[in-house]
Amino acid sequence: MLPELGHFALVLAMLLAGLQAFFGIVGPALGRDRWVAATTSAVAGQCVMVATAVGVLVYGFVNFDFSILYVAENSNSALPLMYRIAALWGAHEGSLLLWIFLLSVWTLAVAVVARNLPPRFAARVLGVLGVLSCGFLLFTLATSDPFHRLIPAAADGRDLNPLLQDPGLAVHPPVLYTGYVGLAVAFAFACAAMLEGRMDPDWARWTRPWTTAAWAFLTCGITLGSWWSYYTLGWGGYWEWDPVENASFMPWLVATALIHSLAVTEKRGLFKSWTLLLAILGFSLSLLGTFLVRSGVLVSVHSFAADPARGRFILAFLGLVIGGALALYAWRAPLLKSSAGFDLLSRESFLLFNNILLVVAAATVLGGTLAPLIADTMGQTSLSVGPPYFRPTFLLAMIPLLLLLSVGVHANWKRGRLESSVRALLITFVAALVLGAAVVLGAFGGRHALAVTGLGIGAWIVLSSLVDPVDRLRRRLRLSRALLGMTLAHVGLGVAVIALTGVEAYTSERDIALGAGGSAEVGGYAFKLLGTQPVEGPNYNATRATVEVSRDGRLITTLFPEVRQFWVQQQTRKVAGIYNLHGTDLFIALGDDLGAGRWSLRAQIRPLITLLWLGPLLMALGGALALSDRRYRLARSAERATMPAAAHGEAH
Amino acid sequence: MNPRFLVPLAVFVGLVVVLAVGINHSRQVGVLQSPLVGHAIPQWELPMLTDPGRSLSSRELKGQWYVLNFWGTWCYACRAEHEQLLKAQRDARVQIIGVDWKDENAAALDWLSKLGNPYTQVVTDQDGRTAIDLGVAAAPESFLVNPEGVIVYKEPGVITPQSWQHEFLPRLPPQRGVPAPGAGS
Repeated sequence: MLPELGHFALVLAMLLAGLQAFFGIVGPALGRDRWVAATTSAVAGQCVMVATAVGVLVYGFVNFDFSILYVAENSNSALPLMYRIAALWGAHEGSLLLWIFLLSVWTLAVAVVARNLPPRFAARVLGVLGVLSCGFLLFTLATSDPFHRLIPAAADGRDLNPLLQDPGLAVHPPVLYTGYVGLAVAFAFACAAMLEGRMDPDWARWTRPWTTAAWAFLTCGITLGSWWSYYTLGWGGYWEWDPVENASFMPWLVATALIHSLAVTEKRGLFKSWTLLLAILGFSLSLLGTFLVRSGVLVSVHSFAADPARGRFILAFLGLVIGGALALYAWRAPLLKSSAGFDLLSRESFLLFNNILLVVAAATVLGGTLAPLIADTMGQTSLSVGPPYFRPTFLLAMIPLLLLLSVGVHANWKRGRLESSVRALLITFVAALVLGAAVVLGAFGGRHALAVTGLGIGAWIVLSSLVDPVDRLRRRLRLSRALLGMTLAHVGLGVAVIALTGVEAYTSERDIALGAGGSAEVGGYAFKLLGTQPVEGPNYNATRATVEVSRDGRLITTLFPEVRQFWVQQQTRKVAGIYNLHGTDLFIALGDDLGAGRWSLRAQIRPLITLLWLGPLLMALGGALALSDRRYRLARSAERATMPAAAHGEAH
Repeated sequence: MNPRFLVPLAVFVGLVVVLAVGINHSRQVGVLQSPLVGHAIPQWELPMLTDPGRSLSSRELKGQWYVLNFWGTWCYACRAEHEQLLKAQRDARVQIIGVDWKDENAAALDWLSKLGNPYTQVVTDQDGRTAIDLGVAAAPESFLVNPEGVIVYKEPGVITPQSWQHEFLPRLPPQRGVPAPGAGS
């Protein structure tokens, strides 16, 4: 009975989302204020219905309802509670439901904050979000019903994909999806502005915090995914440029560009149509990316499991939403004039370069991701595009971007005078180079001299970002949260660049074969295999190795890498043994049983890798700090400002 | 209208065309059957479930129609399929050979005694080698093999009443005394 209720809730949610879209878009167009007002009620109803559906499915998972096909396919009676809940997004149908749920949560948040926006504009934003919700709900109901019954009910479920049975991966998808879906808000703001045919001067100020929030979630989500693949896939990689990773990285690059172009639109009223385009592009890429991955459109070329009905629906929906937005753009963007000009060395110029380079980077990633598909449709033999393409092309755009950043943060709005900052720039540049060289010579004995470039660029970003805030502190000026947030995010980027350089240049790695008692040396550390023993988990058997790591005869730590064999799906998953020593990871993963008591193992020493997780975290924190700046706290609407009593009452 | 603003739309339309072709292309790939269909079944010889000392092989089945059905007690979809297999066995149009795949014998015997045994013979493929030879991706999967030992059809998932009626039966020779497929059941 309950699953049918969940299904029915989805149907109602779709109808309510349709109403939300209708009232929100048609209401303002016809000037019917009662329709405009009804939009919010539709939002509330839609959220309640979607939440009900999610609740029903979670209830089914928690209570082992194997009469629901999706539950039977993605959980098992031996699966621990935490993963039974995480199993909600373990496969296509559930992740789609999660996507819809997060979209309705963002919509609700917008509806709450938008009470302080002009009602018609707010209704349009909610209306566009309603179109998205309605389309996704229709997609779910038509092709991917999560409540499909299994008759007769299975005695037990097929279990959750073992790769997903990990705390890191349990949180990674919701965080990443929150970021993906959050870009829909910027998209909706852009569409609403185009529907109005004019961009309020305050438009960028309204849109910025939403974009920053979505960007911060994306940053965290991508980092979590990278961290997860680092410690579970067993080869110690953190980024492989596979389509799944690219799908999340492209929207991130464009969202980063959008944050910066929104700054120009807000401060100077420039780049209007460009900002709109980026807002459309960011969400389009997140749609495209998710579905390239989730629908199997990209993978389907090589697999039998393709569901062409799903792919066609997605494509039609993509065409309608993105094509519609771009057509609206072609029609309305020419109306938006930016009259002011700016000098070549002004901050506007630097942000323009930033935007161009970020979009170029996103385009190279998109090209590489789609190339196999394009080659396949043109009848070519299957083409595989990997790191040898992505790394150099990506760096080609990134290196100038990173170099310009340090100069750009010191440029003034409008005026192209850098003279006042030249001294600070030079000092930080030289300091960064010296620092980079010192690290290369001091810590790594001068190996890979080219790493000075990467370390120097990273250090320069950190140092030059700090110049302005430190200067303000010395002059006892107020530091706004926006400035602090920006500084923190840039420092985070610098830290990430330093980490990437260090990890790429100075990782020592060896695949070794050891019997019990055998030992091998990797990067100055001795790894000694003491032995292996079987252990039993809640739903898997594992082989756990005991490995002692020592340096110069002194024991540093004992690690316990595992290979887990899951009962139901008969799949194995590795859990690496990792010890962090002052920011350097000592990493050991257990490989195959070579027979006669010997095992293959992969040992790695990865210096600076802690900074690789810390950098993005700082960036996300910077985003959070910036969006809490007081200028984004919307002033109460004029109506309430004239009624101090009401405003007062609200405050309590 | 400034044509500059139409560029994004044009690029996007191009992308949609590529994706549309991609989807249709993948559909053609999707309807392709297993490459083994139309070819002789790879030689197999597997121990019997009830008597692991004895074995059954593809050579012994030469000259007979049979369905080779991969299943396991760990496979929930096999349970859904079981009803249809029992019905098919009662129809007695073709013998069904069960391959208990990557499973424990005790569990398999327990399953058959509880749910009924639709198989003429049950063999076991514990290390999954035969399944690999036949390109079995996931249970259940079934192969219809003719007396010459050629695979004439592969069911890549659960055998449903529909697939039994429309894919298996029409490929079998009409049996004496049994109405032709489609004439009623």
